[in-house]
Amino acid sequence: MNDLNQMFFQECDDLLEQLSSGLNDLEAGTGDAETVNSMFRAVHSMKGGAGAFGLDQMVSFAHAFENVLDDIRSNRLVVSADVVNLLLTASDHLADLVEAASQAAELPPDQGASILSDLKHVSNAANGTSGDAGQAVAEAEEPAFQPTFLALDGDLPALDEMGAPEGNGTVEIRFRASPQLFANGHDPAILFRSLEALGTLEVAADLSALAPLRDGPWSDPALSWTLTFTADDSVDEAAIREVFEFVEGLCELEISATATGPGGLPPLPAPSDMAPLSDATSADMIAAPPGDNLSTPEHPAAAVPASGAPAPASRPASSRTSTIRVDLHRVDRLINLVGELVIAEAMLRQSMDEMPSSANSGVDEAMSQLKTLSGAIQESVMAIRAQPVRSLFQRMSRIVRETAREAGKSARLVTLGDATEVDKTVTERLVEPLTHMIRNAIDHGLEIPEARRSAGKDERGTVTLEASHRSGRVVILIKDDGAGINREKVRQIAIEKGLIRPEDDLSDSDIDNLLFRPGFSTAGEISNLSGRGVGMDVVRNEIQSLGGRVSLQSVPGRGTSVTVSLPLTLAVLEGMVVKVADQSLIVPTLPLREMLQPGQAKVHTLCDGDNVLALDGEMVPIKDLGAALGFRSTPMCLGKQSLLLIEGDSGHRYALAVDGIAEQREVVIKGLEQNYQKIPGIAAATILGDGKIALIVDTDQMIAPPGQGGWVDRAWPDTTGDVHHA
Amino acid sequence: MHDTQTESRTVNRVEIVCFTVEDQDFSIEISHVLEIRGWTSTTTLPHAPDFVVGMMNLRGIVLPVVDLSLRLGFGKTEPGKRHVIIIAQIDDKIVGFLVDAVSDIITVDESEMQATPEVSSSRTQAFIRGVHSLDDKLVRAIDVREVLPQEAPLSA
Repeated sequence: MNDLNQMFFQECDDLLEQLSSGLNDLEAGTGDAETVNSMFRAVHSMKGGAGAFGLDQMVSFAHAFENVLDDIRSNRLVVSADVVNLLLTASDHLADLVEAASQAAELPPDQGASILSDLKHVSNAANGTSGDAGQAVAEAEEPAFQPTFLALDGDLPALDEMGAPEGNGTVEIRFRASPQLFANGHDPAILFRSLEALGTLEVAADLSALAPLRDGPWSDPALSWTLTFTADDSVDEAAIREVFEFVEGLCELEISATATGPGGLPPLPAPSDMAPLSDATSADMIAAPPGDNLSTPEHPAAAVPASGAPAPASRPASSRTSTIRVDLHRVDRLINLVGELVIAEAMLRQSMDEMPSSANSGVDEAMSQLKTLSGAIQESVMAIRAQPVRSLFQRMSRIVRETAREAGKSARLVTLGDATEVDKTVTERLVEPLTHMIRNAIDHGLEIPEARRSAGKDERGTVTLEASHRSGRVVILIKDDGAGINREKVRQIAIEKGLIRPEDDLSDSDIDNLLFRPGFSTAGEISNLSGRGVGMDVVRNEIQSLGGRVSLQSVPGRGTSVTVSLPLTLAVLEGMVVKVADQSLIVPTLPLREMLQPGQAKVHTLCDGDNVLALDGEMVPIKDLGAALGFRSTPMCLGKQSLLLIEGDSGHRYALAVDGIAEQREVVIKGLEQNYQKIPGIAAATILGDGKIALIVDTDQMIAPPGQGGWVDRAWPDTTGDVHHA
Repeated sequence: MHDTQTESRTVNRVEIVCFTVEDQDFSIEISHVLEIRGWTSTTTLPHAPDFVVGMMNLRGIVLPVVDLSLRLGFGKTEPGKRHVIIIAQIDDKIVGFLVDAVSDIITVDESEMQATPEVSSSRTQAFIRGVHSLDDKLVRAIDVREVLPQEAPLSA
């Protein structure tokens, strides 16, 4: 049951995504009939599932939602901006309901009440009825009710009559199951029983189509049933159809109003005779194995069996399901194992290289094949975890709506490149930072509508979310067309909070970067949206822990854009193997701008042994990696060292002096925190081809940008005091 | 009363791995020990306490190696081929302990463990859970959690 439950909620997530993507299309005006259809299907499937799990709140809400969608589908309702807004709100609420249900909770009933009544109102208006009069009108319409034969093409039946109460009328239901119905494990007897719960039911089986046993084929069910059903109060046709909801498309269902009592068919007193009926159906199934010597049934075959049943081939169900759900842990284990495989392969290759060259050339060939293969395996395994950022972006559209509403601003979200694939962990961990940045963009970035109008801008602000792949990284851009950063104000606040000194000379980008400092918040008063003072520094930390970088550009009056650059995967990193004090270290290639061999660089010594590198007319500070990491107390003679020019997150440049540069290679990242702890200046470790461990340098922690002295303390905590506590 | 004690003792029997550091006998509970390996070279860690020798690679797992001799105040070990590393799992962390040699695996009665004598060194009090007297030897039970490098508060 638990598994089923989980499956349902996973499905709901997918369906909500489908719904949301449809809504986006509608909003953008690019939706067509199929868009509405797919939205309808999504809501309908959720309703069905919710019904099976007894989530009544969700069922009734989804039902109202579905009615509106149906009105749109059948052109009774014109898609206006208001309607789209209502649908958006409704889909948000539906998501809330799913969320609450997944935690076995219920939302307070008043929460969705207004949305629900709006939905009903819209739906009623579309059908020419008003809320209160709905019942009466529907009843008046009842005589005009025509039996409808369902088109069983996989599409859902028109549900026009959904709202019309059937009253106590007696209906005759003809039901014929397709082979697929039985194949899917449905049992007509169970359906009939649940129908019986709604009223008085008489069931008659029609055996006329049953062929003599020796005639076969036995795989096609030949039975059909005529049900005479007198509904209890408040049971309408929709409720009847709901009983058959799960076998839709798997059966022929004909519901017709009838004034006459049970027809000429032998009536079966309903309740107690259900069991024999069940037997009849199963007998029909069991009869499938060929049994030539069985006696002929009483009723000779009147027709070719299953002539009326829909051909199973007309429902290509299998072609739709090309995905499977796999536990993430299994994938991760596979990824780890493949990581080991790659390392083992490299170790093997290394020891092969050390062997005398007389070795068999066949081995060489096999080795290179192994290398290609293990590389390919690694790539494909990584691809399993890659997921489009679409669902992440769609979650953000809700944030935009809610934030804009609360802030009294008008905003829309434009998403670009939402098919860009990113590691699943990355998308999951991006939710919070993105939410924060979107809120910031609307709360701080966008102006109020009046101000926008007077600035000659569209009253409705635009927040753009764009994802793209750029040189092996994923770049996510969050852009608003608001007022840009008020640098004077930022500076003022930073001084007030003691983050900078009044005399500090800061460039525009320095000031912009103040926003990333802990505890900085420009909101005058703490609003519900942002301004809790945990804003951008939390964002930066989270992004950095993903191996990413954040940078911020702002043009006054034109808006602000935040660029987040992330690795494609968390498991592999491109790095330069360097030697420092007889240790191998890895410097990530990403921030690396240039490499200078010994003697190439123009090095000037200022006082106290501080060296700078003259490069393109700029003075770049030099940091001895060995000394910075405490491998040696005095820096090595610079004349013999190679320099790596590093450009940090905020654009600050410095040169890292290393003893030698070995090679560039891809390394598998191994965290240090699992078995040890964070080490200042070190991001992680990796295992080299010879099985030795090399540490990966955290280039952003190596140097503190000027004017931001606080970072030095953060980056280089005095751990020794704590560690030597004993 | 004597009888009840005996009964409860039988429940408390534990297996311990005995090892030597600077000719002294120590032990840790076998439940912590994953395996015992010969010395392999490690990678030095920057900004690490001196008793953390470095990181070693155990079939793809990166784990720190603690020089127990230095940690217990006997002086730095110059690791060579005769030294061994006890790979131990402590809570969710895997660490290696560099020791001189592993001598024995024996079963002892936890309730017969004597409390650490009241000596002045706070390090002794913290690192030694108690002492087992075996024949003529005093086997000191290490508190594995205490000897680990303590997590330093990183964020200021």
